Amino acid sequence: MDIAVRELSYAQAIQEAMAIAMDMDERVFLMGEDIGVYGGAFQVTGDLVERYGADRVIDTPISELGGAGVAVGAAVTGMRPIFEFQFSDFATLGMEQIVNQAAKMRFMLGGEVSVPLVMRFPAGSGTGAAAQHSQSLEAWLGHVPGLKVIQPATPHDAKGMLLAAVADPDPVMIFEHKLLYKMKGHVPEGHYTVPIGKAEIRREGRDLTIVATSIMVQKALDAAAALEGEGIDIEVVDLRTIRPIDRQTVIASVKKTSRLLCVYEAVKTLGIGAEVSAMVAESEAFDYLDAPIVRLGGAETPIPYNPDLEKATVPQVADIIAAARDLVKGVR
Amino acid sequence: MATARKAVADSRANLPFVYRHYSQEQLKQVLHKMYLIRRFEEGAEECYMRGLIHGTMHLSIGQEASAMGICMPLAEDDQITSTHRGHGHCIAKGAEVSRMFAEFFGKTTGYCKGRGGSMHIADVAKGNLGANGIVAGGIPIAVGAALSAKRMKTGKVVVSFFGDGANNEGAFHEALNMAAIWKLPVIFVCENNGYGMSTSTARSTAVKNIAERAAAYAMPGVIVNGNIFSEVAEASFKAVERARAGEGPTLIESKTYRHRGHSKSDRNRYRTKEEIEDWMANRDPITLFETELRDFGFIDDQGIQAIRDAVAKEIADGIEFAKASPAPEIATLEDYVYTEHA
Ligand SMILES: Cc1ncc(C[n+]2csc(CCOP(=O)(O)OP(=O)(O)O)c2C)c(N)n1
Ligand SMILES: [Mg+2]
Repeated sequence: MDIAVRELSYAQAIQEAMAIAMDMDERVFLMGEDIGVYGGAFQVTGDLVERYGADRVIDTPISELGGAGVAVGAAVTGMRPIFEFQFSDFATLGMEQIVNQAAKMRFMLGGEVSVPLVMRFPAGSGTGAAAQHSQSLEAWLGHVPGLKVIQPATPHDAKGMLLAAVADPDPVMIFEHKLLYKMKGHVPEGHYTVPIGKAEIRREGRDLTIVATSIMVQKALDAAAALEGEGIDIEVVDLRTIRPIDRQTVIASVKKTSRLLCVYEAVKTLGIGAEVSAMVAESEAFDYLDAPIVRLGGAETPIPYNPDLEKATVPQVADIIAAARDLVKGVR
Repeated sequence: MATARKAVADSRANLPFVYRHYSQEQLKQVLHKMYLIRRFEEGAEECYMRGLIHGTMHLSIGQEASAMGICMPLAEDDQITSTHRGHGHCIAKGAEVSRMFAEFFGKTTGYCKGRGGSMHIADVAKGNLGANGIVAGGIPIAVGAALSAKRMKTGKVVVSFFGDGANNEGAFHEALNMAAIWKLPVIFVCENNGYGMSTSTARSTAVKNIAERAAAYAMPGVIVNGNIFSEVAEASFKAVERARAGEGPTLIESKTYRHRGHSKSDRNRYRTKEEIEDWMANRDPITLFETELRDFGFIDDQGIQAIRDAVAKEIADGIEFAKASPAPEIATLEDYVYTEHA
């Protein structure tokens, strides 16, 4: 018997999670630019202001640094703010508060405080918004001890990980790919959490491990499906959290498949692919490798406006298919 | 002169604010704490010179009346954010010098368990949300704490201390604006000591008085002589009343001076010896307050000596406590990065 599975978009899943969090805990509130009656630049907060009022769905002035700091101050004094950056690119304006304050406050004060702060960052390219509204800066924050950095890839995880983030005593940074907002998928009703720090095997396979993040998870799955006909059996690991990274799942997978391809949208060098590659190379999985590790990441350029150039900047399904095939066939 | 002042004191009504609002015992406590701040910093400086403390430190010697005056009307659970020049704020808000010394010595008994040092010193239990190594870093955090106070209806007031240099940071402007539009119970205290490192306010700041910035954010901007305890306390008292009444923030500019260099690397090339000596000889906040207390008959020479002796002992004991305390184990290096789960 088919039970009708409830489907929500990724954006709706986040909105539902925020509503549940606010219902469960008086201390939870939302802050951000135009998240009230406007509903947020990507309609993630939508009509929440009508249900929870302007005191709990707070429109801030266009003040990313100050706004981020207010969220830090509220978190450290007992509230549970969820702060939305209108675009992840604007993290650059709030960096001081995120990196110097939120991430280090507990440490600097010798464990006397916690900073239960959630920040949401609409990220990524593909919307024609060009160089200052399309970046993927998650590795910047992933480099900072004290922060947790997650990239849910499905509506199910978007809700469950946000609820885990709200319950977490430490600052959690959520990178949400803008092209995922409209993605539909099964989202259970009510409260549930998806753990931070645990990767998920989206597809089991024997020949190659693809470690992907965010929107690249779906692309990797599409590539894997396409290669099935050629007899290539791909395992897709959705990393989900980049700090703290799930070493175990990745290393176990590579030991099983003996090949590793990392796929992510952010600029290729000095990014999450380098980290995953090094992590594997430093581990016992190194001895199992039958081929060099390969990274597919964003080109070494700002995101261009022209749609063809924009597409060419980040890995596409065809790129993943080609790279995976070459790896398994031993071309590399 | 002293007798004339004594006559005024006897009538009380015309005395400066603090003499009308606080008891003799409380005022003696203030003098005690001002000495405690001064001697703490002198002690820390000496330990630094002798190589017992590493890193650097920013001394607030000369600014004690400002820290004490602002904190005077605060309740224990009111909160502050502080700065790199925050030892005075920390003591004024109730910290113990022994645990502060221990922190400077990098010991586990320090307020931050040896992880923070001078620049992050704070007794969180006394409402201090932290000194800060980032100029203006604490200002938005104070606004956030005030947002918590308002939303949770705790009745708390938050004070954000910062220097004149911070008034040209974006965070200052963003934070003041938000505090004003949301009418938050926060008090912005600019301790204008004339310089941000070597750069005078005349060279760094377009307005003559930093208090004028308040006009842009529709809040009161008050200028006080930061070396006169009563003036500072009175301005703080009014700002606290206003904040508690839900009327919103105030910007207080407390004009003061640091006797020492910016930090331990300062060669004092940007100001004259005469200027420094003039402030030390003629406007020392402790001398001013002590003289006033004596002239008004609130304390005698014996009482002053008793305070000095008690403070000297507290400092010596504090340094001994710090020296005798254990250093952190290297194995605990990664503690306190994240909240430990039970
Ligand atoms: C964002 C930032 N920029 C620069 C510095 C280096 N710095 C530390 S203190 C200071 C001067 C600050 O002056 P002011 O705010 O007047 O405080 P004061 O030192 O006079 O107490 C500077 C430039 C810093 N710590 N943070
Ligand atoms: Mg200054």
